[in-house]
Amino acid sequence: MSFFAEKIKQCYTLVHEAPVKKKAIVGILAAITLECAFLRFHASGVFWFIVYTLVTGSLVFVVVANLIKKTIGSFIFVVPALLIFTIFYIYPFFKVLQLSHNAWDGISPIMDFVGLSNFKEVIGDKIWWGAMKNAGYITLIALTFQNALALVLALACDRAIKAKNFYRVIFFIPPVLSEVVVGLIWRWIYDGDYGLLNHALLALGFKDVVRNWLSDPQTALTCVAVIHCWKGFGWGFMILLAGLQTIPRELYEAARVDGANVWQSFKNVTIPLMIPVFVLVAILTILGTMQVFVLILSMTGGGPGYHTEVPVTRILASMQGSSMFGYACAQGITFGAILMMVSFAQMGISRKLKQA
Amino acid sequence: MKRVFLFAICVFGLGILFNGCGSQPGASSASQGVRKIVVWHWMTDRDEAFQELAKKYEEKTGVRVIFELYAPSDAYSQKVRAAAQAKALPDIFGLLGEKRDFAAFIKAGHITNLIQEMTADNSAWKNSLFEKALAVNEFSDGNEYGVSAGIYGVPIDVMNIQMLYNKGLFIKAGLNPDSPPATWEEFVAACQKLGAAGIQGLVSGWGEVWMIDCLASNLAFNIMGPEKVFATLRGEVPYSDPDWIKVFALFKEMADKKMLASGIVTMVNKNAEQAFANERAAFAFNGSWCVNVYHGMNPSLDYGVLLMPRVNLSRPMYIWGGAGSSFLVNDRSLVKKEVVDLLKWLTARDQQAYLAQKTRNLPSNKSSLEKIPELLAAFSKGMENVTHPNVWPVNELPRVIERFDKGIQSIIIGEKTPEQLGAELAKLKAEEMAKKK
Repeated sequence: MSFFAEKIKQCYTLVHEAPVKKKAIVGILAAITLECAFLRFHASGVFWFIVYTLVTGSLVFVVVANLIKKTIGSFIFVVPALLIFTIFYIYPFFKVLQLSHNAWDGISPIMDFVGLSNFKEVIGDKIWWGAMKNAGYITLIALTFQNALALVLALACDRAIKAKNFYRVIFFIPPVLSEVVVGLIWRWIYDGDYGLLNHALLALGFKDVVRNWLSDPQTALTCVAVIHCWKGFGWGFMILLAGLQTIPRELYEAARVDGANVWQSFKNVTIPLMIPVFVLVAILTILGTMQVFVLILSMTGGGPGYHTEVPVTRILASMQGSSMFGYACAQGITFGAILMMVSFAQMGISRKLKQA
Repeated sequence: MKRVFLFAICVFGLGILFNGCGSQPGASSASQGVRKIVVWHWMTDRDEAFQELAKKYEEKTGVRVIFELYAPSDAYSQKVRAAAQAKALPDIFGLLGEKRDFAAFIKAGHITNLIQEMTADNSAWKNSLFEKALAVNEFSDGNEYGVSAGIYGVPIDVMNIQMLYNKGLFIKAGLNPDSPPATWEEFVAACQKLGAAGIQGLVSGWGEVWMIDCLASNLAFNIMGPEKVFATLRGEVPYSDPDWIKVFALFKEMADKKMLASGIVTMVNKNAEQAFANERAAFAFNGSWCVNVYHGMNPSLDYGVLLMPRVNLSRPMYIWGGAGSSFLVNDRSLVKKEVVDLLKWLTARDQQAYLAQKTRNLPSNKSSLEKIPELLAAFSKGMENVTHPNVWPVNELPRVIERFDKGIQSIIIGEKTPEQLGAELAKLKAEEMAKKK
């Protein structure tokens, strides 16, 4: 028993400590092999059984390798979570992968295997990439404007200011509000005829600026992006504030003794120590914003034209509007792969920044 | 003791888990010997009336009818699809979607063909219902979906989509409320007069693209006639044809002449209904269900119903309509006979009259028309000109429909010209037809 335990531990260490490049190459090769095998044996139940067992086995391997120093009893406690994970996460993933290679209307008992043609169509779908661009634009605004605001407010609340708990609560109100409610309220604020915004602009004498904000292709996407930032900055604020509070005060005192001013302390103490937190916030912002959906649906429905369409609304349109479930799944997988690549790239950058 | 307790909890939990998978309401009701029929629907405005009818039916027959409401309609639609996958549909359900979705459900064995019941006793049941409402649920021989010919649903009400105008705002703008516009030119002139009086023209939920599709196809039928529209759908006439450009140009004209309510391209129909009910626009393009909606929003609203003004006076103006909501019978239901009896009872004269009065929807039973309110009677006149994509011999491809509707939005916001949209659609249609082959 101890021999196997030792071997598993060795294997795990080998995989865990392998260089990132090696891991990436092995990962890509595994994905290509899986895809090739899938294209060849997609109709075989044995193939699905092997793949499912392999993935579940890998999970068990990771768990066992992590628990190897402990008792077998502790492994038993992990089994329910492992079961739930394989049934509700791994199985649906393979189902989506399978559907993405089929033409299916969502109801019919028969699916037509179409190989990679759904993915080919996704690659050539200009509207899909336009939606990606729109999501990228909202993400860019969120990464800069939203996170800069969150950092400034976190820095302010990190200091000994009066009623800082009150501000913390206030800043965290938008994230806990329902997205549908926020969307509908802001839709009313932006309304061209009876909206508060136009009313205020008219009262201030900016008659030329007044417009129907959500129906104007020049402003619709930016309006949605601004509300997304307003709704989401509270999360960044909380995480950044938590990060700031982990920085030992002694470091600032030492910097002050060395003659550093506020900017120098920020640049040389706060920023280097906050890099992991910045990376976390940036990853969460990108993943959260790229998947923005409810706000769009309640504010513009993706219009006017395709001006506020985002990947998730396109997936929904393929699935519900056009009953092309296979194509929708291919869009979902493409989108997931892009998000994964962005996240890995960010993690790589943060590692380099830390080393620097 | 603790172990026994834990074991009992586990068994109970597993029992619940497995019981939840794949059970059929019809099956369970039959196996338990209980005369129970389960009906799923999404119609929030009709739920109270349905519950009342369920009580009456139970008193009369002893059969318990459970109307289960799942709203909003999007969520309902998802629920029905998921239940179909799990083969757990109730005895009766409604289906939201296009004809191809309907066909997919039939081909998957979820819906019963009611042709025998409909044609029994010299087609007594069939003849009692509006022909055009039944047509939506009918598949003829050799249909493009490959479904066996038959009638697969029972309409419980009828609807059509027309124009409405606010009589008070007409008077305010110096227009005669007794002679609403009948031609396109009159409609344009009326909107301009309303605009001069500071009143918005047409409001509609064009953020929900199907409503644009509806008006555009009405205009297309009027301008070029049904045959040419169907020829376009078959791929024989391109969207760059001058008649189609003329249809698109009407939307440009409405936008250029400021005949449309502000923000119409992102407006959902609920907001459009609010705008009309609150007298913020003089015209609305909406379905007959709006009588109930407007009554709820503004009971004193004074408005009239008119057919969409005609562009081509030599052809009639066709409007979308037919079955408003239909109930379908689960082919796997074990209480099918009771289900059919219930549907016959629900669509009988008295029940239909009750539903029409209570919910202000057009009844599907012809003989119930005499008891309906005045506004609904005005809507019912339009039934002669009713058409619907679900009864057309051919339907447009999903991607083309989407680009068509979004393209019209682009024309309204001044991003595309009618010619550009025509060319773009012609290209897309050719690509999609090639893929289909």
